[in-house]
Amino acid sequence: MVSSTPASLSADGKPPAALAAAPPLSPSREAWRRFRKHKLAVASLVVLTLIVFCVAFGTLFWPLAINDIDFSSMLQGPSMAHPFGTDDLGQDILARMIYGGRISLAVGLAAMFVAVVVGVTIGAISGMASGRVDAALMWVTDLFLSLPQLPLLLLVIYLFREGLKSALGPEGGVFVLIVVVIGGLRWMPVARLVRAQFLSLREKEFVEAARALGASRMRLVVRHILPNALGPVIVAGTIEVANAIIAESTLSFLGLGFPPDIPTWGRVLFDAKDQLDTAPHWALFPGGAIFLAVLTINFIGDGLRDALDPRRVL
Amino acid sequence: MSPAYVLRRILLAIPSLFGISVVLFTVLALAPGDPFGELMTNPNVPASVQLALRAKFGLDDPVYIRYVHWLMAMLHGDWGFSFVSRMNVDILIMQRLPVTLAVIGASQLLAVLVAIPVGVLGAARPYSLFDQIANTLAFIGFSLPTFFTGLLLIMVFSIRLEWLPFVFQSDLSSTGWQWWVDEIRQSIMPIAVLGLFQGASLVRFVRSAVLDVIRLDYVTTARSKGIGERRVLVRHVVRNALIPVVTLVALQMPVVFGGAIITEQIFRVPGIGSLLISSILSNDTPVVMGVTFVFAGLVILFNLIADLLYGFLDPRIAFR
Repeated sequence: MVSSTPASLSADGKPPAALAAAPPLSPSREAWRRFRKHKLAVASLVVLTLIVFCVAFGTLFWPLAINDIDFSSMLQGPSMAHPFGTDDLGQDILARMIYGGRISLAVGLAAMFVAVVVGVTIGAISGMASGRVDAALMWVTDLFLSLPQLPLLLLVIYLFREGLKSALGPEGGVFVLIVVVIGGLRWMPVARLVRAQFLSLREKEFVEAARALGASRMRLVVRHILPNALGPVIVAGTIEVANAIIAESTLSFLGLGFPPDIPTWGRVLFDAKDQLDTAPHWALFPGGAIFLAVLTINFIGDGLRDALDPRRVL
Repeated sequence: MSPAYVLRRILLAIPSLFGISVVLFTVLALAPGDPFGELMTNPNVPASVQLALRAKFGLDDPVYIRYVHWLMAMLHGDWGFSFVSRMNVDILIMQRLPVTLAVIGASQLLAVLVAIPVGVLGAARPYSLFDQIANTLAFIGFSLPTFFTGLLLIMVFSIRLEWLPFVFQSDLSSTGWQWWVDEIRQSIMPIAVLGLFQGASLVRFVRSAVLDVIRLDYVTTARSKGIGERRVLVRHVVRNALIPVVTLVALQMPVVFGGAIITEQIFRVPGIGSLLISSILSNDTPVVMGVTFVFAGLVILFNLIADLLYGFLDPRIAFR
């Protein structure tokens, strides 16, 4: 293993004073410096920002309606009037994708948020309370890890969809259901990560010092341990956004996610899959969008790992 | 590996199976909707008959008694009747299961065959050009959702090039060698989609496992004895590095099943994955429950196998 610190400070001939003279960087600047070294991550950040921008403000520049049915121009390839072509009802695919992209990305972010909140809570409780509570919580975590996720996801959606639809409306009901279920089935990696961090951090001297000063248990966790455990959580959370986007697209692709009038990227792909021979563009654009979003988020996660996760410095 | 270790592992699997059954039953019990909902609104059925029916099927029993009844029925193989396929659920699932297992097995084999050489070679020269290319391709591989890869392959190989059929036929008319050729031709795309997706995430596991081992002292010793680099890698490093990979392959099983459901659905492979989707779309609840239960049982089975293999490959675990 190549050690990142030289064996002695003067190993490369420079006097130690020269090292001390360099101004110390703040932790966030230091992280940004490490992140920038990951060229693909930086490129991904640019691309993802672009995607988010297009999805968020796209309707300002492309004000076509998503449900403007026009049978005179159905299944057309990309043209000036319809840059991404049209579907079997003559609806503009670009407009549909801008609208659907908001839902897809929002589901990804919200499900990540659910997963991280649940994961951090369980991991923190488990890491602070050793003994029986810890063992029980870890058993539950392992149990959830060994659940077959997609079948269970499908089962829950199948059983609860109608009920929530009538309670919260078709769009809101499905959104809440999908976010909660995806988040509720993906918190386990975060919980294990947080627990492992807590187990090592709670024995550190600075926690000891805070405890000696009379900090309560809650304060220890919130002010001292959690901030130090956050790096890996941010990395895991980033990857989780990508996973949640894939999960939502999968559900929509199987025809079990959002209803047809809410064209998330997976849903557009589901509608397109029977016209692959006559209108390949219809499938390529939404599929490409999912791929690009997931790929860039994964690369950013990798870059953040370099930047924030000190264990991975090789 | 001692028999006691095997026994302990098997006993440890029972609480997991129990836990999963509780989760499944809870989902089912919490779900809105009443199996007798239609009867309740039917004016021709008198209230006394309704109550008698509810009592007969135990719908008014406390939850834990219903759970025990349900679990007993599941364990006895009494999984209910599929109203869509007009046959018992367990027979239906047993008909479809071999196809799914074949697809999953073949694609896992493909994944391992791709991932191990690439991961080992990448780790042998970390940050070399090969390693960087392999790493980037791996990222692309597991960022491509299986449903999109499947559609892409159909577009290229079935529609553009017309090399491969894109609908899987379970009743091929050909016989003899031709049957094998047709079977392989129609299996290539489903297996490739699933295998390459799995392989992509496995490459990174293999790479980091090899990197963990390659810096250990015994490897340096082997090198300093004058053993060739190739031999050190194959005989000394890979053998130990693959031990954690075995576990990871088994732990990935839930993800693989998810991928198998999608792949079967795209290529219309008649396995339990496509059965699950079609049952959901046709509201065939007993089949949905049965398939989910089978998937859960398979996951636990593979975890058990991984544990046993792990103990077999690494005796330090077994005697702890």
